[in-house]
Amino acid sequence: MDLFVNAIVAGILLGAFYASVSVGLSITFGQLDIVNIAHPAFVVVGSYIAWILNSRFGLDPVLVGVLAAPLFFVAGVLIYRVYYAAFERTGQESLSGLAFFFGVMFIIEIVLILVYGVDYRLVSADYLGRNIDLGFVGLPLRLVVPFVVASAMTGAVWLYLSRTFTGRAILAVAQDRLALQLMGADPVRIKQFAFGLAIATTAIAGSLLIVIGPVEPSLGRGYIGRAFAIVVLGGMGSIPGMVIAALLIGVLESFVSSFAGPSWAPAVAFGALLLTLAVRPSGLFGRA
Amino acid sequence: MLRDRSDVVFWGALGAVALAGVAFTHTVANEYYYTAVYAILQATMMAVAWNILGGFTGYVNFGSAGFFAIGAYTTVALGKTLEGLPLPVMIVAAALLCGLIGLGLGYLTLRLKGVYFSIATLAMAIVFETLMTNWAYVGGARGAYILTPESHLWFDSYIEMLFMVMLLLTLGSIAISRALIRSRLGRGLAAIRDDELAAECAGVPTLKLKLISATLMGALMGVAGAPYPYFVTFVDPASAFSLFVAVNAIAMPMIGGTAHWIGPVIGALLVGTAQQVITVTVSSELNVLFVGIMLVLFISLAPQGIVGLARKYWGRKR
Amino acid sequence: MIRTALRSLLRASGIALASALFAGAAAAAEPIKIGFSMALTGGLAGAGKAALIAMEIWRDDVNKRGGILGRPVEFVYYDDATNPATVPGIYTKLLNVDKVDLVVSSYGTNEIAPAMPIVMRKKLVFPSLFGLAVNDEFKYDRYFQIMPAGPEPKLDWSRGFFQLAAEQKPRPKTVAIIAADAEFALNAAAGARANAKKMGFKIIYDKTFPPSTTDYSPIIRAIEATKAEIVYVASYPPQSVGIVKAAHEVGLKAKMLGGCMVGLQFAAIQKNLGPLLNGIINYDFWVPEPTLDFPGVKEFLAKYQEAAKGKGVDPLGHYLPPYAYAYLEVLEQSIVATKGLDQGKLAAYMHKATFKTVVGDVKFAKNGEWAKTRTLQVQFRDVQPDNLEQFAGPGKRVVLYPKQWKSGDIAYPYKQ
Repeated sequence: MDLFVNAIVAGILLGAFYASVSVGLSITFGQLDIVNIAHPAFVVVGSYIAWILNSRFGLDPVLVGVLAAPLFFVAGVLIYRVYYAAFERTGQESLSGLAFFFGVMFIIEIVLILVYGVDYRLVSADYLGRNIDLGFVGLPLRLVVPFVVASAMTGAVWLYLSRTFTGRAILAVAQDRLALQLMGADPVRIKQFAFGLAIATTAIAGSLLIVIGPVEPSLGRGYIGRAFAIVVLGGMGSIPGMVIAALLIGVLESFVSSFAGPSWAPAVAFGALLLTLAVRPSGLFGRA
Repeated sequence: MLRDRSDVVFWGALGAVALAGVAFTHTVANEYYYTAVYAILQATMMAVAWNILGGFTGYVNFGSAGFFAIGAYTTVALGKTLEGLPLPVMIVAAALLCGLIGLGLGYLTLRLKGVYFSIATLAMAIVFETLMTNWAYVGGARGAYILTPESHLWFDSYIEMLFMVMLLLTLGSIAISRALIRSRLGRGLAAIRDDELAAECAGVPTLKLKLISATLMGALMGVAGAPYPYFVTFVDPASAFSLFVAVNAIAMPMIGGTAHWIGPVIGALLVGTAQQVITVTVSSELNVLFVGIMLVLFISLAPQGIVGLARKYWGRKR
Repeated sequence: MIRTALRSLLRASGIALASALFAGAAAAAEPIKIGFSMALTGGLAGAGKAALIAMEIWRDDVNKRGGILGRPVEFVYYDDATNPATVPGIYTKLLNVDKVDLVVSSYGTNEIAPAMPIVMRKKLVFPSLFGLAVNDEFKYDRYFQIMPAGPEPKLDWSRGFFQLAAEQKPRPKTVAIIAADAEFALNAAAGARANAKKMGFKIIYDKTFPPSTTDYSPIIRAIEATKAEIVYVASYPPQSVGIVKAAHEVGLKAKMLGGCMVGLQFAAIQKNLGPLLNGIINYDFWVPEPTLDFPGVKEFLAKYQEAAKGKGVDPLGHYLPPYAYAYLEVLEQSIVATKGLDQGKLAAYMHKATFKTVVGDVKFAKNGEWAKTRTLQVQFRDVQPDNLEQFAGPGKRVVLYPKQWKSGDIAYPYKQ
């Protein structure tokens, strides 16, 4: 019994982290239809920034993530500018954009290798290694802290998108660009802002990633599939849907690891994705 | 087959290349060139195959490594079951199996368009990789050793024979690709790529064409993968399903130009040769960096690929 | 007068030419070229780069002594990017285009195996760096493996671990085996399974996990639920870290934990895990214990640690580098002993002789593996938090097995 409960709890904690990795992609891919396959690579960059400042100055990694977010925002805006000039203006999106970000992903990975080498990087903080024990349920702080921060960040992003003018403009720009222009917002500036926001989230997600485990430059590749699966499963453009999908995947992985055989976990997650796509392509909560 | 002058030129060129290959095996003894060219030919086949569904039809396959690896594992599995099966049997088996999987993928396009389809192909590749990882018969994650067979017919060495086999397979796939795009089927595929709904309304049998396209792509990729175990001697899921194979399969046609049958060939020859040269000169991370930068540059500046650039240039000259 | 001047000029230039030729012949002796591929990028690059540094130290040491048989040593190497598909191309180029005199292997089974058919065809001696039981398949008589696994590599790997378990009183009965879905880990687990059965243990949990697993607490909890007394883990660095942390968080109550966790030998990981490592019994090949103070090893490590600064590789270099240095020492000593580069004679000598290297005496069995296993079972003790320097000296990794190298007694059961 307590194995069962612990599996669910571990799955939820992990799922929240997955959500923090995917929320940025939910914006760029789910709402703006930009296939940013380099998104996990940005997360890894965030991890490295957290590692550098943690090992050099002893700053708490999560704090570093939050501090780095504005810089990542600016980087995101700049990248979108390039992307827009090269592709969206000429109407070439989709395939070209995809290939573009593929290239960006490799470039990021190689630069990290050239500068920092391929050794695994880890962070140290006070709360790593401590537990909260509630009866038979154990909550390692190594997972609880990311859970809290991830939830806060995802919640903040969703509130922003659904409550503020800019946020709602972001939701609108994907659905009907012309109508948005008629409403007095500049679609390009809105998209630029949205992309910057998405990249800003990777700074924080990256700091959480390195709290959970060691990081090396090519670690991002393992998250490409997961992040896209979560966004599509949850429904394009729906943040609440994405969160539920992330939790679902986290719990599924946890269950399979505890009870069946962990080696089947990836097949389970992606099998679920394929099933969803076959039965209901718009995902759990997406706009059809 | 020999409908017009361009057909004569094409088949003549193909024949010349094949003969050159034979001459090569008789004159050049240095094994290095065979291994290097084998890798380039393999990449060319993958690029040509990918382009059939990606460039001609407009459905981007992210899971190319899946087909390639299944082709390789077909060889491994058959090799373990019946010792001493000749390579052509493995190739045919891989073509059939992967063609079938391609057919299944084709049916998937009924439900999924654009990026959804691409994500689904990625998921499919991961599911296949997990299956292979857990299938102990072919070694699972532990990998499988494929020892080089004794016989290499009338060639001087096994790698020469592999090279010749790969050359013929690649030439064959180019011929198939060209025949497809120049036929009525090809025009239908182009219509689907430009606007599927309009094509359907105009009476194009979109489902049938997509199925043909996907099956062909799957079969050709499987064939590209079938001789691979004999080339590397050790196959494990991590390297067979590698992301690099998938990226190359997309990058090469994009750089060469996806609309024309010769695009993937140009892209593969260019990028593949450059990769081989970099591996044995400057070496190191630069290989991957090269693909990344080339991709970004070409996509941004020359979205129609080299073929597109050539067309613009020649158009301007006239 | 002019004739005499010309004659002296001719004589002078003749002498100058002759001495130049002589000097040239002595100084520009043809170099011995050693070719190989190495994983400088990709998954195994951390170890590959460290190995390369060690190998370059060897080359510089040899050249300072005047080379081998009076000839300087040169490396010709390419990055195989941890991609087996590049290996055939690289080795055919090394042999057919670069015309190297000798080849050695890359690092890791995945990268060694693809080169085997090529070296076998050319009947070359093939010193290899850390691949598990590669020669079981090929049965090549000129293959030599410097990893001290032992003549039956898959079994020797974990034999010590289970032997230690069998010696405890009361004798533990149950075993849990967990392995990453990857070549090396699965082979180690297979050996563990065989050893456990042979020594009469009962295996009550036996599963594998995908290498990309992020959180290990579900797996550890599942093992804890079985109440297995011995837990044998076969994993790669990021997984080893995850498992050690999860074991601590869950409060794993096993009596013995460890086995084949790659990564616990790397300095950065040791520093980060700190006291979480205490009590874990893991494999290792060289630790700075007094029983392993072979002649030359401390000097080598000092040179390595200097060269490794700022290169993004393991700063201490205890795991792989000494062996990367040693396998070239074996090659050098064989060349000197056979007075040449005849591959057959080199192979015969390597099978016969006992070599004296920085990792002690090295002797090969018929299948190219070590004649006697030296896979150490090492227990972490008294590890302090956040301290890298403590691992540079003795006392933190106590050797429990084999008896010949034992430097301390086991602390059993494993306690947090």
